[in-house]
Amino acid sequence: MNHEKKIPLIRLAKRDGMEGWKVWCIRCGSILFALLLGALVMGLAGANPVTAYGTMISGALGKKSAIRQTVKIAVPLLGCALAIAPCFKMRFWNIGAEGQITAGAIAASYFALFWANRLPSPVLLLVMGLAGALAGGLWALIPAFFKAKWNTNETLFTLMMNYIIIGVVRWLQGGPWEGRKGSQIIPQFDEAACLPRVLGVHCGWIIVLVLVVFMHIYMNHTKHGYEIAVIGDSINTARYAGMNVGRVMMRTMFLSGAISGIVGFIVASGANNTLYDGVAGGVGFTSITVAWLSQLNAFAMVGISGLLAVLSKGAETLQTRMAVPTSISDIITGILLFCMLGCEFFINYKLIFRGAGRKEARHG
Amino acid sequence: MGNFLSLFLALIIAAITYGTPLLFGTLGEILTEKSGSLNLGVEGIMFMGGALGLGGVFYYEKAAGAGASGFVAVGIGILCAFLAGALASLIFSFLTITLRANQNVTGLALSIFGTGVGQFVGEYMRVRENGYISIGNALKGFFQNSPFPAALQRIPVVGGVLFGNSVFFYLGLILAAGMFFFLNRTRTGLYLRSVGESPATADAAGIAVERYKYLATVIGGGISAVGGMVYIMTIAGCVWNHEGLSGVGWLAVALVIFCMWRPLSAIWGSVLFGALMILYLRLVLPFVPTQLYKILPYVVTVIVLIVSSMRNNKEKQPPASLGLAYFREDR
Repeated sequence: MNHEKKIPLIRLAKRDGMEGWKVWCIRCGSILFALLLGALVMGLAGANPVTAYGTMISGALGKKSAIRQTVKIAVPLLGCALAIAPCFKMRFWNIGAEGQITAGAIAASYFALFWANRLPSPVLLLVMGLAGALAGGLWALIPAFFKAKWNTNETLFTLMMNYIIIGVVRWLQGGPWEGRKGSQIIPQFDEAACLPRVLGVHCGWIIVLVLVVFMHIYMNHTKHGYEIAVIGDSINTARYAGMNVGRVMMRTMFLSGAISGIVGFIVASGANNTLYDGVAGGVGFTSITVAWLSQLNAFAMVGISGLLAVLSKGAETLQTRMAVPTSISDIITGILLFCMLGCEFFINYKLIFRGAGRKEARHG
Repeated sequence: MGNFLSLFLALIIAAITYGTPLLFGTLGEILTEKSGSLNLGVEGIMFMGGALGLGGVFYYEKAAGAGASGFVAVGIGILCAFLAGALASLIFSFLTITLRANQNVTGLALSIFGTGVGQFVGEYMRVRENGYISIGNALKGFFQNSPFPAALQRIPVVGGVLFGNSVFFYLGLILAAGMFFFLNRTRTGLYLRSVGESPATADAAGIAVERYKYLATVIGGGISAVGGMVYIMTIAGCVWNHEGLSGVGWLAVALVIFCMWRPLSAIWGSVLFGALMILYLRLVLPFVPTQLYKILPYVVTVIVLIVSSMRNNKEKQPPASLGLAYFREDR
């Protein structure tokens, strides 16, 4: 009986195989909870939460033009989340998507700026896309190479690579590629170098949706995907099974960087029609959370990136209509991420309270 | 020659000014990472520290009027920033330590959240106070000027460099020395390092792993946040300036690697990074474009990272379990 005191108030036990509907109930519950917390923040800022959310939703989805804007925000988020998924599956913490987007955008912009009058538009766009993929892939390959060879910490390495390449864009902006002297702006792309529109939005959304299907198949139904999964579970098992871990890492990172590079091409050519230092604009970081919250499931990413895009577009409307600073969307996004990250705990573990444990023991 | 010397001294003083926010950011993150938590939310934490520190001082001055004491104002600035950072890190700790969420993702989420809160508070105060948040010149002096008497600062050559910096630089020095002593010379520091290196071993030795991780992360976050406040109050001139502050937090994360998790190296490391941040203004070389100067800190950090992993020197490595979660039940 004396031992009873030693039993902690709450014990944890791993839970496996919770029913699918319960899992989704918890996840949706956490989103609702986050939105409630967000309402609290809005209330503190002096805005009526109900009207504010209403404004956000109508601002993001109310009109055709608004929906187009929202899709435009969601496209790079989704594309980049797809790029990050295989790396994270492998437990290779690539937080350099921001830089890989930028690298891809630089390469694509090179062709847009200097080859526009020499190639027909479809060929030019294809070349830009390929150049973007190659540049993004190579930029991602550098940290992967050092990780494979000397086990250099990839989280910090990829992080640093972001700022290096963004600095390069700033240099191009004020130097070699500057349009009007002193403007610090790279000129707009030629019409031929801009992605054509489909249903009012640049056709990047089609590319990204194709990538969703590609990534789903790649991760779940190919040998590469299997190797990635094994390395993610245990590097030693992978080695024992005769996999060349370093090579798989480099290959996966190249692929990941290449997809980010394509996203860079889409953003530069489709959304901005030019290159500037904010071409990635935090997408590389936000998409990591998108990928993780979707449990690296390509189809779930569509939903999550859509949700974040609605928040972000809605916040813009909120600023113009109710004078609430746009940064509210970052706050609500942050709260949403915290809640969704936290809720996974309740899916993976169950809490056993002291009393309940005793009851169980008696039954057992 | 004398001209060159004075230019050089001016550069060092400017480098110290720009390095001081980094020093706090880095020291906080060192403490955090020594416990094995890789908190990538420093950027957000420094934003929150900057905005709330400024807010605290502004409303203190508004309440106290002409009778505002500089000493109290500095204290309030530090306290508000520290509490903001500690609170932000508490969210991070709760999610990663208790709820076992992934550290990288949680840190990034904290970055998004923190930059949002910082911006929001900064903007909101500006709108509420009709356009402009600023601190009176008398109080500004306490934040930006040297705490030492003018006589000491007038010592030829070394006076300005040694005694002419803002009070925060000296606080940073004391903090760095204190942290060095704590980590390397006390039992608690040893326990903390063991938690960061091998939590399973520490746990088996009876060390309360979770408590150490929580405390180190929360206090570390608070210290990092003070760096954001220092940036706003000294370099940005006591007005909210998110453009200037953006990127400082990431630079602090880089600096932690650069100085190899050693608090004393953080001192010269932050001054060096401060110098790299402003070198383009002071030293114009005809062949090197100014924008490429600005990426130097990151390039240097990458090189340090690579070299240290190639050398595989036991002394100069990240804490062995950095970024990894520890759950007793998982073993």
